[in-house]
This record gives sequence, structure tokens and C-alpha cells, in this order.
Amino acid sequence: MNFPILSSLILLPIVGALFIFFINSDKNNKSTKYVSLFISLANLLLSLYLWLVFNKDTSNFQFVENREWLGIINYKVGIDGISILFVILTTFITPLCILSVNSTIKYRLKEFLISILVMESLMIGVFCSLDLVIFYLFFEGGLIPMFLIIGIWGGERRVYSAFKFFLYTLLGSVLMLVAIITIYWVTGTTDVVELYSIGIPKELQNILWLAFFSSFAVKTPMWPVHTWLPDAHVEAPTAGSVLLAAILLKMAGYGFIRFSLGLFPIASEYFIPFVYTLSIVAIIYTSLVALMQEDMKKLIAYSSVAHMGFVTLGIFTMTQQGIEGSIFQMISHGLVSAALFLCVGVVYERKHTRLIKDYGGLVSEMPKYAIVFMVFTLGAVGLPGTTGFIGEFLILMGTFKKSFIAAILASIGVILSAAYMLWLYRRVVFGRLNNANLKGILDLNKSETLILWILAVPTVFFGFYPEPLFGTIETSVSEFLIQYNVNINLYVTEK
Amino acid sequence: MEYFIIFLPLLGSILSGFFGSKIGHRNSEILTSSFVSVSSILSLVIFYSVITSGYENNLHLATWVNSGSLNVNWSIKIDALSSVMLVVVTFISSLVHIYSIGYMSHDPHKPRFMAYLSLFTFAMLTLVTSDNFLQLFFGWEGVGVCSYFLIGFWFKKDTANAAAIKAFIVNRVGDFGLALGIFLIFYLCGSINYNEVFNSIPKLDQNNINFLGFDLNPISLICILLFIGAMGKSAQFFLHTWLPDAMEGPTPVSALIHAATMVTAGVFLVVRCSPIFEFSPLALSIVTIVGMTTALFAASVAMVQNDIKKIIAYSTCSQLGYMFFAAGVGAYNVAMFHLFTHAFFKALLFLGAGSVIHAFKDEQDISLMGGARKKLPYTYILMIVGTLALTGFPLLSGFYSKDAIIEFAFLSGTSLGYFASTIGIFTAFLTSIYSWRLVFKTFHGTFNNKNISLNELHESPLVMLIPLFILSLGAIFSGIAFKDLLIGTESSVQFWKSSIYFIEPLSSDHPPLWFLLLTPTLVTLSIPISFYMFVKNKQVPEYLASSNEPLYTFLKNKWYFDELYDFLLVRPSKKIGHYFWKKVDGSIIDKFGPDGISNIIKKISFKAVKFQSGFIYQYAFIMLLGFSIILTILIIN
Repeated sequence: MNFPILSSLILLPIVGALFIFFINSDKNNKSTKYVSLFISLANLLLSLYLWLVFNKDTSNFQFVENREWLGIINYKVGIDGISILFVILTTFITPLCILSVNSTIKYRLKEFLISILVMESLMIGVFCSLDLVIFYLFFEGGLIPMFLIIGIWGGERRVYSAFKFFLYTLLGSVLMLVAIITIYWVTGTTDVVELYSIGIPKELQNILWLAFFSSFAVKTPMWPVHTWLPDAHVEAPTAGSVLLAAILLKMAGYGFIRFSLGLFPIASEYFIPFVYTLSIVAIIYTSLVALMQEDMKKLIAYSSVAHMGFVTLGIFTMTQQGIEGSIFQMISHGLVSAALFLCVGVVYERKHTRLIKDYGGLVSEMPKYAIVFMVFTLGAVGLPGTTGFIGEFLILMGTFKKSFIAAILASIGVILSAAYMLWLYRRVVFGRLNNANLKGILDLNKSETLILWILAVPTVFFGFYPEPLFGTIETSVSEFLIQYNVNINLYVTEK
Repeated sequence: MEYFIIFLPLLGSILSGFFGSKIGHRNSEILTSSFVSVSSILSLVIFYSVITSGYENNLHLATWVNSGSLNVNWSIKIDALSSVMLVVVTFISSLVHIYSIGYMSHDPHKPRFMAYLSLFTFAMLTLVTSDNFLQLFFGWEGVGVCSYFLIGFWFKKDTANAAAIKAFIVNRVGDFGLALGIFLIFYLCGSINYNEVFNSIPKLDQNNINFLGFDLNPISLICILLFIGAMGKSAQFFLHTWLPDAMEGPTPVSALIHAATMVTAGVFLVVRCSPIFEFSPLALSIVTIVGMTTALFAASVAMVQNDIKKIIAYSTCSQLGYMFFAAGVGAYNVAMFHLFTHAFFKALLFLGAGSVIHAFKDEQDISLMGGARKKLPYTYILMIVGTLALTGFPLLSGFYSKDAIIEFAFLSGTSLGYFASTIGIFTAFLTSIYSWRLVFKTFHGTFNNKNISLNELHESPLVMLIPLFILSLGAIFSGIAFKDLLIGTESSVQFWKSSIYFIEPLSSDHPPLWFLLLTPTLVTLSIPISFYMFVKNKQVPEYLASSNEPLYTFLKNKWYFDELYDFLLVRPSKKIGHYFWKKVDGSIIDKFGPDGISNIIKKISFKAVKFQSGFIYQYAFIMLLGFSIILTILIIN
């Protein structure tokens, strides 16, 4: 077997976290930060190397590692075009998160960094697993560091939010666990690749699909199980919000493609109207709610729900444009929402308020901030030339093939997104500086400028030239769809 | 050469926007202006080679989106249609750049302003040179966002910010239609590149498709959706409300974006898609009806407004209506011709108005002006030229293009055509009245301003007057010089070639003489009429206003469109949003969801606790009870 690159990616942050654990942190808070930054950067480089050697012309899983573990369950990891971008997104966002950690984390910095690194390991694990049980372990394991990040370093109502987050996500997952056990009973394996070829019996698909769905829907989050997200975001520290929005939410989107569509094609086809309805309600409903928010973080959290509504819509179009658009939209949302939360974090750290009405006229004091904030606002609005546009446009294009009415209703969300984002920007950044408290507020410092521009560059670059990303996912997605349609036909003829 | 035309403005924008403070204000002004000027000269070269040798080109720069069967490139397409647009855009843009150096001289954010102007120019150029619908959409939203930046340029003004957002969102409503149109095109034709789409349209299955419960011809549906986009961008009836508000932006912006270029993108779209529209008589009728309604509506509102820029804005709206109904009766080349001449005289009027506003120290209300002609002689003359051209005074540019529209509508021979031409003539008369009203109230009569004395007025600097002068040459001669080329009987074969598609060649008949004379006569007559009404005997308009009070307030309030939309759309959205947030999320989902579940568990465990009382006799009793129940069951069985 070759060098186990995926396992290294998964394990490196955990090893680093262990290492930090044994550093004496009382004096050397700085050194823990640098060490964890170094580790995450090493991981980023490793993942970029992975992208470089990744073969774009095959839809087979690559870098597969298969080790016996627990007798019946194998530790099996591997990636294809659908998952690789999420791995890179994770390794890309984590160092930025660590870099953004600053004076807002007042105590237990060491433990905070450990949580972030462990989180990174688990997330990478989610996107690489090729075994249902392994997937489940990583998927649920991710809850724990996030729960701690919110519960320990969060704001005033952190305990309520942390428990709400935990309760929601756990309830969904329990059903998924039951479903995984059922699959094992019926087929005798939890290996995803094998399951793809065996197929799940038709009569079981609907119920299993629903079990998986309940877990993914909470994590996406889809309407109406989305109410944990605004609370979690509001209370989480900035770095936590960034991880949550940029990566955690993507697990579910990825899960929908890999498992719901991959394992249960008949059920997926059957539930299309259901998913469409929820997605469209999410898009319009949460956009309207976002319009009325008074808290900046809540507004962005609600907009996340709307954006993820596009993702679920796109995935269930079962068209090349729809699925590629969804993957693209997830990457885009990872960059843009991360940056937006960081933007809120910047002013929160200075003035300790997130209320929109406490701001206004920031552009006079913080011109640099105004520019980057505008870039991401436009990204969230889905302006052509940003990644947000390509994702949304492809998704809608795919949706249009399936249902006119769904595409039209979802397009209304595009209008609303312009309304709430530009209105937010206007109230915070434009206008006169009326609040005397804001006089002399400092513009972005060096590390903030660096972080935000690192996020801005790919947002714009891939908006104009998305070919590197499409090139990576194209073969896998088209093969995936061919397989999907073959399966559907197979089931139909069997009948 | 094409690369330079398109990318010089972008380069200027980047340099001025990001390095403006380093290279200095004056340098960034010079840099951006000269880059755009070079671009405009190169555009003229291209235009010339298109005229003389029928030059055409289609460059592919890079792949943009490549997903399944959807393949789209960044491209530069040069043909007759885009070469005309190139000239209009870069030429007006370079003059506006130069003019802005003077107009914005007291502003501390000049480099940013110049950067936005150049960026806008770039976006507009990508729009007109696209060879596919996606890049068109890129430019379409790109100019929208630049317009948003520029309307809200004075970011401290709340009204400007509100207007900027309104412009963007109303435009998004239009974009929504355009996007759906593009989706439908992709759905039906399997491609969104112009060539492939235009080739497959005639072969398309004509069976009606069901769309939201309506059975519609697919081609008509495409056209209607595309036209919704055009209506948003070109401020047509129902989606026009953003344009008057957009006047909050600096005046050069109004001239460039909201008169000469961006707002004409809708007309460009319809003309570019003539190979689609030609196959849908229904869509063409809709275009005609919307166009003429807008022309009439906007002119009626312009009659009673007092803000100098808003009058011109409504006038723009009205003229765009003319262009649409020209396109609607199938005279696409005439629509383009009017777009071409309109760019000159409307930019001239706006920049002239800017010069007036500049002199009056940011006063825009024409009832607070008057008698300024002695102090602003050049501006006065140039404004007269612009007004003559706009109203269609014989031999000036507007005369050729506007009269041609009315004639073609008349010649189309349908009842809709006759109706449109009647409306066209009546609107031409109204146009003339309100335009002269503006001139007379500003430059004639008595001086009405209390904040500033007549002697303080001063003529604008040369850097502002020279662009005005150049534009006035365009306003005078662009009609007579280009009429044969653009709308002559052989124009479709010799110049436009394949860029505009006509199923039936345009009629080359001539309408009767009385008809030809009607409009110029009305237009000329209106000058003394307005002079009498607005200078000599001011009781007349006042009497008209007071005797038709309801009509007057109706017009004054712009047909109450803003109030209607506020009532129908804005407030309900906010209310519903608030309701969803507080009631549905808060009181229903959370109450029965996580909070409810945790409460129930709490209650149950609270009760369960009671079982564990610690008293032996209670436990013994329960055991006994259970034991006896089991026993009973066993016995019964």
C-alpha cells in the first residue's frame, strides 16, 4: 500500500492536538497558537498535494485505505471528485479559524485550539469515510467539539444554545444509526462501495431514506428543524461560527449526495416533491425572517439556511447542473459565510454588540473593512463574478428542468437575498456615523486583513474561472448520475 | 484591439480603485479618462471597419462555466450591433469621465468615483460583446451593481442609500425574469450560446407548454421572460420606479448610466434577440404596448415634476418606451438608431443640467431657478441644442430617429401600429412641452432663488463645457449623418447583416405627406405655446393645475406607484418576516420542538422521581400489585 495520505490528513490534527495538550500553556499562549497554526497549515499543504495528484478522469474512489477493524467493520477511507473539494475546504478554513482566534477567547485558549483541531480531524474523516459506521462515528463525533466550543466559550445564553444544538442533532442521528444497523442486517455489509453495487431492497428504501434524512435535514439545516442554527451561531465565538457555517453544515449536503442519492435512488426519486417543498419554504421563509433580524449574526445565520435550501434543491434535481451547482454552492457558502461571520466578529470584538442599530457609518472610520465586507455581501447576494452566482445559477438551471414552479419560487429567494444583505450593509456600513461610541473605531489590523483577503481571492477568482473546481468534480458527478439512472431503471424493470 | 477596448477600462478601474491614494487624485483621473478615451478611439476604428468592410469577429478568452451540456466561454463578439453599442458606450463614457474631473472637483473620493465609472464601462462592454446569455447576464448584473455603487456614492445621504438599494432590487426583479428566460432557453435549446440558440429557434417544437397553468407558445414565453428583464433594466412601466430615485447619484452618473448606456441595455437585449422575437407576434405586441404605455406615462409625469433631474429621468423613461415600441413593430434597426441619437442628446441634457446644478450650488428644483441664461450662456445654448434634438426639431438628430419610429409604427399596417403611432405623436407633443418648460423655467423669467444671488452664478469650467460641446455636435449631426447607414432601405443588408434578423424585410413605403409633417409641426408649435405658458402668462399652468386638481396630484405623485408597491410588497414582506420569526420559529417550532421536548422530559422525570420515595412499604405494595396482575393474567389464560 502507498503512503496513507488520507489517514495522515485525518490524524495529523489529532496528533497535533495531543501535542498541544502537553505543552505548558499558562505562559505560552502564543506558542500554542503558533503550533496549532503550523499543524493546520501542514495539513492544508498535504491536502493541496492530494488535489495535485488526484486523478480527475476517473470516478473511482482514490487513495483508498482499507484496514480491518472491529472484525465486521472495516476502517475504509477514500475520496472521489465529490468529496475532495470538501476536504480541501476544511483544511483551508481551519488555519484561518485558528488565525482569527484572538482576545475574544479570554480563557482556556489551549483547550479551544484543541477543540478546533479535533474538529478538523473529524470533518475530514466525514468526507473520506467509505464505511457507514466510520462515517457515523465521524459525523456524530463532530458534535462534541462543537458542543464544547459553544458551551464553554460562547456568549450569555451559551448553555441553552449548546443543548438545543445537541438535542436537535442527536435526535436526528439516532435514527440514522438504527438505519445503518438495519442495512447491515439486510445486506451484511456497511461498505459504501459494496452497497452501491448490491443495492438496497426496494421496500426498505423509503423508511431508511427517511431515517438518514432526519439526520441530514437537521444538520443542513432544513426548514422546520433549523431553529438551532441561529441560536448556536449567536452564542458561538467567531471561530466557532466560522467552522459551523463553513464546514459543519456541508456534511449534510455531502451526505445527501453520497448516501441518500447513492444508496436509496428509488426513495430519493419518490421524495423529490417533499424535499422541494421544504427547500423552497426554507429559501423564502428564512429570507423573509432574515430581512427582519436585528442581530447581525442571526441575520447571516438565517441567510445560511436559505443558501442551504438552494443546495438541497439542487441535489434533488438529479441533474448534472443541479448537483455540480450544489457542490459549488456549498464551497462558495463555505467561503462567503465564513467571511461574513468573521466580518461580524471584527466589529463585535471592538464594540461588543451585534445589534445592527448600534452601528452605521462605519465606512468613514473603517474603509478597508467596508471594501471586504462589500465583496462578501455581493458574494452572498450571488452577483455574477463571485462563486455565489455560479452555484445558484446552475442549481436553478437544474431545477428548471424538473419543475418550473420550484425554479420560479426559488428565484424569488434570489431577489430577497439582495434585499436583506444590502439592507444589512447599508445600516451597518453606510450612512452617517451617528453613534458617538463608534468614533475612532479601528480599521482592520494586519491579521484580519490577511484572513479576509485570503477568503476574498478565491471567492472572486472561482467566480470568474471556476474550471479548476468543475474539472475536479465533473467526471465523478456525471458517472454518479449515470449510475443513479441505471439503478432507477433497474428497479423499474424489476417491477 | 478588442482586448484593449474591453480591458483598458477595467485596468483603469483597478488602478484607480486600489491605488488611487498612492498615485494621487489627479493622476487617477487622468489615467481612467485617458484609458477610456483610448478605448473609445479604438471602438471608432472597429466601427469604421465594420461599416467599410463588414468586419466580424468572435473571440474566446477562456472557459467560464462548463457543467454537463452547459458550456459557456468568456467571449468578445464583434458584429454590427455590438460595434454600434461599443461606440455609444465608450464615447459617452469617455466624455463623462472628463466631465467628472470638473464636476467632482470638490469631492474627497474622486479616485473611487472614477474607478466605479470605469468599472461600469467594463461591465457594459462585456454585456454588449457577449456571445452567450450567461456573459450577458454577468454584464447585466455587473452594470446593476455599479449603478448601485454610483447611486449610493454619497454614502452619508440616507436617501441616496435607499435609492441605491431600490435600484438594485427592482433590477433584480427584472433579472429574475431574464434568468428564467435563460433557463427556458437552455431547457428548450440545450445551449445558451447565441449562435446555437438562434439556429435552433426556428426548428423548435411549437407545441404549447404549460407554464403555471397557462398554455403558452414556448417562443413567446421565452420572449416574455426576457422582456421582463429588459423592462427592469430599461425602467419600463411597472418596473420604472427605481429610475427617478436613482437621480440621487452624482449627475455624471445619471448621464452615463441612467440615460445613455445602462438603461438602453434592455433595448439592446430585445434587438440582440430579434431572431427569437421575430417568431413571436404575441411578444412583439406586448413589447409595443409596454413601450407606448411607458412613453405616454413617463411623459405625463414629467409634465408636473419640479426636480430638474427627475424631469430628464422621466423623459429618458419615455424615450426608452419609444425604442421598445419601435422594436415591437419589428423596426429593430430604428430602435437602435434612436438609442444611438438619444445617447448624445440625453447625455448632453443631463450634463447640462449638472452644469446648472453646479452653478446653483446643488439646487435641483426648477421653481427655484429662473433667469439664469445671462450668467450661464454656454450652458444655456447647449441645453437648447439638447432640447431641440430631444423634441425632434427638424434636421436635428431626434427628428430623424423619433419620426422614423412613428412612421414605421404607422407603416406596420396593423391596428396596434396605428394606435402606437398616434400615441407616439401625442407623446412627442408632451415631450416638447415639458422639455421647454424645463428650459424656460430654468433660464428665463425671474430669478427665484433666495439662498444664492444671481451674481454668484458662474459658468462651469472648460473641462465640463468641452464634453458638452462635443455631445452637442453629436446631438445635431448624428441623425443626419447616420440615418442612411442605420435605417436606410438597404441598411439591413449592407450594415446590420446577420446581427438583426427580419422575417419580412421592412416596408420601404412612405407614409402620406400630411403624416410626415404632423409631428414636426406640433413640435415646432409647442415652443411658442410653452413660452407663453411658462414665461409670459404663468397663470395658465396654475389654472390648469388647480382646475384639474385630482389629475394634477395623481401626476405629481407619479401615479402613486411607490405607495402602491410599498403597500403591496414592502410592508407585507416585513410583516410576514416578522411573523415567521416571532410566531412560527419562536412560538410554534421551538415551543413544540426542542423546548417542548425538554419540558416534557423534565415533567416526566419529575413525576418518575416520585416513585423513588424510599419507603419500603410503597415498593412492597407495587411489587405485590404487579405480581397479582401477572398472576391473574396467567390464571385467565
